[in-house]
Amino acid sequence: MVSAGSTTGVFTPAPGAAPVARQLVTQAGMEARLMLRNGEQLLLAIVIPVIVLVASVRGADRVGVSLDGRPIDVLTPGVLAVAVMSTAFTSLAIATGFERRYGVLKRLGTAPLSRATLLGGKVVALLLVEILQFVVIGGVGFALGWNGPDGIGGYLALILAAVFGTAAFASLGMLLAGSLRAEATLAAANLVYLLLLAGGAVVLPADAYGGLGDVVRWLPSGALGEAARAACDATVAVRDLLVLLGWAVIGSVLTARTFQWE
Amino acid sequence: MRYGDRTAVDGLSFEVEAHTITAVLGPNGAGKTTTLETCEGYRRAQSGTVRVLGLDPQRERRALLPRIGVMLQSGGAWSGARADEMLRHFARLHAHPLDTDLLMDRLALHECGRTPYRRLSGGQQQRLGLALALVGRPELVFVDEPTAGLDPQIRRAVWELLEELRGDGVTVVLTTHYLEEAERLADKVHILDHGKLVASGSPLELTRGGAVATIRLVVTQPFPPGSPEALATALGAGTELTVLDPLSLQVSGPADGSTLGKVAAWCTDHDVLPESLSLGQRNLEDVFLELTGREDL
Repeated sequence: MVSAGSTTGVFTPAPGAAPVARQLVTQAGMEARLMLRNGEQLLLAIVIPVIVLVASVRGADRVGVSLDGRPIDVLTPGVLAVAVMSTAFTSLAIATGFERRYGVLKRLGTAPLSRATLLGGKVVALLLVEILQFVVIGGVGFALGWNGPDGIGGYLALILAAVFGTAAFASLGMLLAGSLRAEATLAAANLVYLLLLAGGAVVLPADAYGGLGDVVRWLPSGALGEAARAACDATVAVRDLLVLLGWAVIGSVLTARTFQWE
Repeated sequence: MRYGDRTAVDGLSFEVEAHTITAVLGPNGAGKTTTLETCEGYRRAQSGTVRVLGLDPQRERRALLPRIGVMLQSGGAWSGARADEMLRHFARLHAHPLDTDLLMDRLALHECGRTPYRRLSGGQQQRLGLALALVGRPELVFVDEPTAGLDPQIRRAVWELLEELRGDGVTVVLTTHYLEEAERLADKVHILDHGKLVASGSPLELTRGGAVATIRLVVTQPFPPGSPEALATALGAGTELTVLDPLSLQVSGPADGSTLGKVAAWCTDHDVLPESLSLGQRNLEDVFLELTGREDL
C-alpha cells in the first residue's frame, strides 16, 4: 500500500483491520470494563438484585407467602432473572443511549469495526457481566440455603434461559436506545425495569399473580422468570423460551428498522 | 500508486493529490464538515461522485475504513474511558497500529493518560481525537479543525506532526478556521463559501496579487455616514475599498505612496481618528475576505 517513493518513517502507512476475533475480544473487554466501572450500573447489576434476594427471602419467611416450595429456592432463580434483565435491558440501553449521544458510535464507525462485531462485542460484554452477577447472587443464594439448580441439566437449562432472556431484553434495550434521546432512554429504561420488577412475574412466580398470571407470562420478564425457575428444577420451559424468542425477534426487527447511529 | 480523491458537494469539485496536505477553508456553515463527512462515508452525496482512494465511501465503506483516519470535531469517546485506554482500544482494532506511547508523547497526552475522557480539557480531547485518527497508520487522514482551541506551543507541535505525516507518505485533508494554519501547512488550499468552491490553489498562487498593497484601517468611532463612499471616490478606479465592519475598512490598490496619502487625507477631512493603520502584502486572510466578504471564519 506504500508508494515506491516514500521513505519508511514512523507514520508510513500500514493500514489494515485487526482480525475479527481480536476486535471482538477488545470491544467486549472495553464494554464490560466500562460497565463494571460505572457506579450506577454496578448498583443495578449487583447491589439491587442482592438486596431484592435477601429482602424477599426474609420477607417471605416472615409474612408467610405461600410459595410452591421453599422461598429461597423459588426466589433465587427469579433474582437471577432480574440480574439478566437489569444488565441486558437497563444497563445496555443506558450505555448505548449515551454512546449515541457522545458520538462514540460515530467515532467507532470510523474504525475498521463492522456493526456486527460491535454488536457482538456488546453481547459478549453482557454475558461476561452476567457471569459475574450469577456468581455473586448465586453465592448469596447458597449462603442463604439455596439448593441450586438440579444437577448439570439444571445448570444448562438455566444458562439457556439466561441466553434467551439476554437476547430478548438486549434487543428491546437497543430498540429503546436507538430511538430515544439519551436522557429519555435513561428514564424509560429505569421505569420499565422497576415496573417489571414489581409486576412482571420475574421475582415472584406468575402463579402468585392470580388471574393476571396468564397475562404476565407473555411479558419477557415473566417468561424469563418462569424459564429460570423451571430450569432450576432441570426443566426446559419451551413455551417461555419461545415467548422470549418472540420478543427477541420483534425487538431485533424493530431495532434494525429504527436504530439511529447518531 | 496514485490516490484519487474527488469530492462533489453542491457543485463542489476538487481532487486531492497523494502525499500532500490539503486545507479546506471557509466560514462557519460553508460546508467544510459536510464535505469531509461525505468523503468519510457518513453522508451520501445527493448527486455527483465521491471517490476516496478510488473507493465509493458509502458502498465500499468496509474496504475504505481501514485505510483512512478520521478526526471528528468533537466527542466520540466513552465518558468513563481513560485517554490511554481509549487510544489502546483503537490501536487494537487495527492490524499494524502505531506505538501508542509514541503518539501520546508526540501529542503531549501522557500528562492526562489516566484521566477519564469526561475530565479532559477541550484541548486534550482534541489531541486524543487526532491520536485516534492516526493510530491505525492510515494512508489518508481527514482532520476537522485539528488545532482549534489549542495553545500556541501545542499547535506548533501538531503542525510539525502533520508535516511529518506528509513526509512519511500520508495524505492529509484538514479543515481549519486558522488562515495561518492553511498558509503554513497546506500544499493546496480550497476556499469554500455557501457550499461552493470559491478558490483553489497553493497559498502562493492564491496570494499572488502582483504589486497590490493592502491597507487596513481601524477607527475609534464608526465611520461618518457617506465617508467611505467619499474615500472610494477619492481613491478612484483601480483601487478596491471594502468596509469590513462599522469600525474597520480595507483598501487594496497600487503599492505606492499615493494610496496611503489619500487615506490619510481622507481621515483629516472627515475627522476620523485612526486606531490602527496597517499596510501589507496580500495574505490568505485578504484573499479570504475578498472572496467571502466576511471576516468571521
